[in-house]
Amino acid sequence: MDMDFTGIIPALPALWNGMVMTLQLMVMGIVGGIVLGTILALMRLSSSKLMSRIAGAYVNYFRSIPLLLVITWFYLAVPFVLRWITGEDTPVGAFTSCVVAFMMFEAAYFCEIVRAGVQAISKGQMGAAQALGMTYGQTMRLIILPQAFRKMTPLLLQQSIILFQDTSLVYTVGLVDFLNSARASGDIIGRSNEFLVFAGVMYFLISFSASWLVKRLQKRITV
Amino acid sequence: MNYNWDWGVFFKSTGVGDETYLDWYITGLGWTIAIAICAWIIALLLGSVLGVMRTVPNRLVSGIATAYVELFRNVPLLVQLFIWYFLVPDLLPEGLQEWFKQDLNPTTSALISVVVCLGLFTAARVCEQVRTGIQALPRGQESAARAMGFSLPQIYTNVLLPQAYRIIIPPLTSEFLNVFKNSSVASLIGLMELLAQTKQTAEFSANLFEAFTLATLIYFTLNMSLMLLMRMVEKKVAVPGLISVGGK
Repeated sequence: MDMDFTGIIPALPALWNGMVMTLQLMVMGIVGGIVLGTILALMRLSSSKLMSRIAGAYVNYFRSIPLLLVITWFYLAVPFVLRWITGEDTPVGAFTSCVVAFMMFEAAYFCEIVRAGVQAISKGQMGAAQALGMTYGQTMRLIILPQAFRKMTPLLLQQSIILFQDTSLVYTVGLVDFLNSARASGDIIGRSNEFLVFAGVMYFLISFSASWLVKRLQKRITV
Repeated sequence: MNYNWDWGVFFKSTGVGDETYLDWYITGLGWTIAIAICAWIIALLLGSVLGVMRTVPNRLVSGIATAYVELFRNVPLLVQLFIWYFLVPDLLPEGLQEWFKQDLNPTTSALISVVVCLGLFTAARVCEQVRTGIQALPRGQESAARAMGFSLPQIYTNVLLPQAYRIIIPPLTSEFLNVFKNSSVASLIGLMELLAQTKQTAEFSANLFEAFTLATLIYFTLNMSLMLLMRMVEKKVAVPGLISVGGK
């Protein structure tokens, strides 16, 4: 089999657009996932049994089903649900439903990271803040979470790299992310193998260098 | 538009042969389990070899294992699957290529691709667990074995690995569960495993919420039962004197 990679050069703009889509999915998934994950973590740690049960069930649920199932389901179900809520046809693209799927799925994983981070903060911090007259909300917002987030930055970043790779699963709903744009551009000129290799190499280079940076950061933080 | 809830849909005929939708799910679950178990065997064997390689006092050997892990961990699973399914068959020698592309039926070739892909992908993760397990053992174990005249292979097979496996059962369990979840990518190359059957049911019956709810329940139950099973195994084989099993 002969390989000819020259066809990739004219396709670079299309591939770049795909990469932008991948990065958008990733960033929105991370931001939404961390926000929702933090809320879930606080629920899990709260003294209310009901709250902690709900959050626990949420995490258990999403951690035991495949991401691909969530993406497929949301893609089919989000338009229905929106119609029930708003009562009228609200067209949502594949992009929105994928973002929602990533946010909700990743939140379960981020929740566990945040929970472990909060639990690693020494109990005295909580006691001291309360002795100063802070409310629970203030203690969490001003004392505990800032310290916890600093400690868990490497883990959060590691999870983000996993999410970066997982965004390729949007292939199933036909969203043109980096992988899908490589597949499409390759198919047009009959060079799908070369484009596949190229996509693999790009994913590898980005994830590998990102993990390397995270490892360095981890070493600097844990002095 | 209204949605017609109908939880009895699974017992209805699909219109294809005399199968009910439930039959589709059972077939799908069978495929999912078959893929996961075959892939897991590859992952466990190869992962153990790689894990040992990473701890061996030889830079070339450990370097090869490290490179393997980095390569397979930093390329998305789906890209790897496409490489095994579309690219690798093209690289095979002439005769073998013909056999794979024409003589095999499409299901078999897809099955081979996904099992190899998932096996090698998971091996990289198993490797890291095995390495951690070996490195978590007290150094005295290896020294004592050496002092008693064990050769390096003997040290690994008789002293280090039997203990390491028993320590790493919890992380291995979660990798085992991941194989089941990851096997859902097989639906993207046309293998009719659980997720693919679910999608098909949703499309055929238009009862999409019921279809996906059942799939979720199956995955959930599968996960929980495997987890409970592994917890029992873990308790049974716990290394006495280590604090891995809490409370006892």
